[in-house]
Amino acid sequence: MADPILETRKLTKRFGALAANEDVSIDLRSNEIHAIIGPNGAGKSTLIKQICGGLKPDSGDVLISGETVTAHNTQQRSARGLGRTFQISALAMQDSVLENAVLGVIGRLGKRLSLFSNALKNSEFVEPALKALEQAGLEKQLDYKASELSHGERRQLELAIALTLSPKAFIMDEPMAGLGAGGTKQMTEVLSELRFQAPILLVEHDMDAVFALADRISVLVYGRVIACGTVDEIRNDPAVREAYLGNAA
Amino acid sequence: MKKSTRELIINLIALSGLLIVPLWAQVTDNPFTITLATKVAIFALAGVGLNIALGLGGLVSLGHAAFFGIGGYAVGILASHAQTYEPLMEWPFLIEGTKLMPIMWVVALVTSALAALVIGALSLRTSGIYFIMVTLAFGQMFYYFTISWPAYGGEDGLSIYVRNSFPGLNTLVPLQFFGICFVLLIICLFINWRIIHSTFGLALNAARQSQERVETVGLNPFRMRLIAFTISGAITGLAGALFADLNRFVSPAMFSWQTSGEILVFVILGGVSYLCGPLVGAAVFILLEHYLGGLSEYWHIYLGALLLVVVLFAKGGIIGALSGKGAAHG
Repeated sequence: MADPILETRKLTKRFGALAANEDVSIDLRSNEIHAIIGPNGAGKSTLIKQICGGLKPDSGDVLISGETVTAHNTQQRSARGLGRTFQISALAMQDSVLENAVLGVIGRLGKRLSLFSNALKNSEFVEPALKALEQAGLEKQLDYKASELSHGERRQLELAIALTLSPKAFIMDEPMAGLGAGGTKQMTEVLSELRFQAPILLVEHDMDAVFALADRISVLVYGRVIACGTVDEIRNDPAVREAYLGNAA
Repeated sequence: MKKSTRELIINLIALSGLLIVPLWAQVTDNPFTITLATKVAIFALAGVGLNIALGLGGLVSLGHAAFFGIGGYAVGILASHAQTYEPLMEWPFLIEGTKLMPIMWVVALVTSALAALVIGALSLRTSGIYFIMVTLAFGQMFYYFTISWPAYGGEDGLSIYVRNSFPGLNTLVPLQFFGICFVLLIICLFINWRIIHSTFGLALNAARQSQERVETVGLNPFRMRLIAFTISGAITGLAGALFADLNRFVSPAMFSWQTSGEILVFVILGGVSYLCGPLVGAAVFILLEHYLGGLSEYWHIYLGALLLVVVLFAKGGIIGALSGKGAAHG
């Protein structure tokens, strides 16, 4: 079988006596949405940070297309194909929506960083940015500053920037958080299509969205993966019901 | 009126003002005013340099006097060797003094850029207050080094007996020397403007706002900041070279932390990250120095009061307040 697009092998990260992640091994394959769920403090954010390069694991490895990238920093991993969106928006708040998206294109074409070419007058940068903004549904807000956007629109902008990177895999940290019902529905539709462009590792609290979208779900509790399977398998897993879903599901 | 249009009009007024004042002074035979305008152009140029690091990169450098001084001493040292006909060095290759401004400018640009590259490579590993302190420390190192280096005047500084020359011009005529400084200021403003709108400028500007964002799209903020700091230091170094020729004298005071502070004041007073902020700031500074300096030796008190008003009530500096844009960034 071909290597998965993204893989973690026995990732372990401890903060003092607390094991935030312990032996976490997950993978992400083509055309799928793999959701990571778990109660607060289960270690989801720690896992995302270790995958994207912000946090060094104590042991274990991260692989992109079979290549070990554990020693690589954030920008090197991005160059190898990770497109990340943040739980708390990390945008250039004083820049326009278009400028934020163009930044992504500049990142993808990284080596062409120029002191003199006008970024916003160069179709090589602007066209992919516009395309991504359209896909994310922000084509009408191009000249707004990121700080002027609503919470939901900032989510869309996060997505648009990730799209400009044409990544091999998307890593999305709670893309639905703070979206209204309409926004969640719209985002769900976008992500559902997006998996065929590149697979998505999705950390999300909105269970309806997760069950609607995910091809596979991994359940993280106290830093360990206690179950991994399809939506139905997870719904009916007694350990998961016990630890996480309670009697609600 | 659009706020960006208003900023453009303010810029044009500031630049044409800087051009008209010395022309008018020439007509009314007032060479001292021309010298003041030249000083404004040179200080503005130093501020333009700093503004690339501060306005675009968010790098609060309290060590730009180092580059200002290096530019100045490049001119002073080359001129002194031309005066005595002693080469700077004979081995491994011969370097002789010169009295030609264009050559001196290149030397000033290259040496201050190299210094900025080394200082930047070390100090950009820190940020915030530590960055301010490390740059300050480097500036002080140069200051004490020039004081204790007897070869070029030490504490007493170094005189340049005749103003250096520029082919086709008589640099001793105040208006012609002003013209040189003005043109260099315009060129560097143009470079600054192009950088602001370039892909590099967009990425650097974003790195100031969210380092995480820039790393996540695969760019290296450290490298971008180092490039910006180097360009910044080079332009401030060029300003130092012109300042040396304006005064026909260089001294360790060019390296002092007060000089760094004054360059910061030009930028903050005029408006951080506004293209012509340093020009407006330097003009106000010189006007205050000239008129208040006549009233009291302690005119800096008034400057301090004005700076407080600007920082507290007009965070975008004078240009930010006049254009209605406010702080270009918070």
